[in-house]
Amino acid sequence: MSNIPADLRYTASHEWARLEADGTVTVGISDHAQEALGDVVFVELPEVGKQLAAEQEAGVVESVKAASDIYAPIAGEVIAVNEALTDSPELVNSDPYGSWFFKLKPSAAGDLDKLLDAAGYEAACSAEA
Amino acid sequence: MGQRTPLYEQHLALGARIVDFGGWDMPLHYGSQVEEHHQVRRDCGVFDVSHMTVVDVHGPEARAWLQRLLANDVAHLETPGKALYSVMLNERGGVIDDLIVYLADFGYRLVLNAASRLRDLAWMKEQSAGHAVELRERRDLAMLAIQGPQARVRTGELVSAPRAALIHELRPFEGLAEGDWFVARTGYTGEDGLEIMLPVAQAPDFFSDLVGAGIAPSGLGARDTLRLEAGLNLHGQDMDENVSPLAANLGWTIAWDPAGRDFIGRTAVEEQRRAGGQPKLVGLLLEERGVLRTGQVVRVEGVGEGAITSGSFSPTLGKSIALARVPAATGERAEVEIRGRWLPVRVVRPNFVRHGKALI
Repeated sequence: MSNIPADLRYTASHEWARLEADGTVTVGISDHAQEALGDVVFVELPEVGKQLAAEQEAGVVESVKAASDIYAPIAGEVIAVNEALTDSPELVNSDPYGSWFFKLKPSAAGDLDKLLDAAGYEAACSAEA
Repeated sequence: MGQRTPLYEQHLALGARIVDFGGWDMPLHYGSQVEEHHQVRRDCGVFDVSHMTVVDVHGPEARAWLQRLLANDVAHLETPGKALYSVMLNERGGVIDDLIVYLADFGYRLVLNAASRLRDLAWMKEQSAGHAVELRERRDLAMLAIQGPQARVRTGELVSAPRAALIHELRPFEGLAEGDWFVARTGYTGEDGLEIMLPVAQAPDFFSDLVGAGIAPSGLGARDTLRLEAGLNLHGQDMDENVSPLAANLGWTIAWDPAGRDFIGRTAVEEQRRAGGQPKLVGLLLEERGVLRTGQVVRVEGVGEGAITSGSFSPTLGKSIALARVPAATGERAEVEIRGRWLPVRVVRPNFVRHGKALI
């Protein structure tokens, strides 16, 4: 059973999102996602300053098995990306919730509430299996 | 549920992620296939390859029959212990399977791929009609591949004195029986190592001993990236019944002499060789970030198109590599379409890593 922290929000496409104290949102991929992908070997991050719509492609994660798109969980502007993943993509496997991909400045406060909570995401993962 | 090897429960206990491979439930990895790959290149790892097909050939006509069945010539096996790699062709010169054949004291032992087992057995049975040979499939044997620079030393510490002595003495590409084990210095990784066939009942304990001694259990994922770095073909991907060995970088395995040896497929491959123009199997190296994948189109400017037959990420090189079948006139550069973009690739000899060292 994969790890699904209760304090995060999730998408059905396996991103996690965390609301920070300053109102920004940090995004990564779930433990379930990294496990399904296998060893991650490359990560393609969005450009800082880019305006993303909800569910818009924001980057790519390539594993030994397959390439998968990463989507923006909510609409917003990219204000930071985690360059450490470019050099050490394996961090996504070893620490999926510490290995954030990008940070967004949300277009609208409250969008995060539309995402799945931990219980909802766990149900979505079970339905998939 | 697929077929399972005698080590299936142990794989589960070791945390293996199980996948279907040719009808078998096999470990893909035990956590990280990249880490398993590095372990094999740097030290050693153990693979359960009990799914592979082992067939013993007995009978007074065994040699003559194999000289007809196989494109390589078992006459090269002069003393027991020697091994030979060969393709088994159909009449059209297509590759039914590739295999290793060992000369044993009872006759010959063939080790073939798991995925093509039924086709192989049916073909061999059909071809054996009217010949004084007896084919015995050895489902009573399990097989472990212990691969890596330390494989022989580490394994030698865990077995009986006579077996340790044999492991020490075997030269590359030799295999001999010791009691009810058959120990070969062969493999599919581009590293030194062993392939050991032993009775099913003994396999779980031996596997436990190896893992208990710190030898990394390694899955099919690492096996695939290791063989790809070593430029070793996978049947069903890099060649099949509709592909000539000449188009699969396997022309060197065909024993053309003596000209009178009438192996199955000879007429067809001789005609292909005379006619020329067969595509070639080459290596590709992607210098940009990204991963080459099986099936992607390869474009060669002014020459034509080909396709990737095996593509993956090379843990040793930190870049993506592939085997690709391309037009014969292909030079040093090509392009591959990855997710809608054409990326430049280098065309290289399909031999990327040997004995832990990058060759390109």
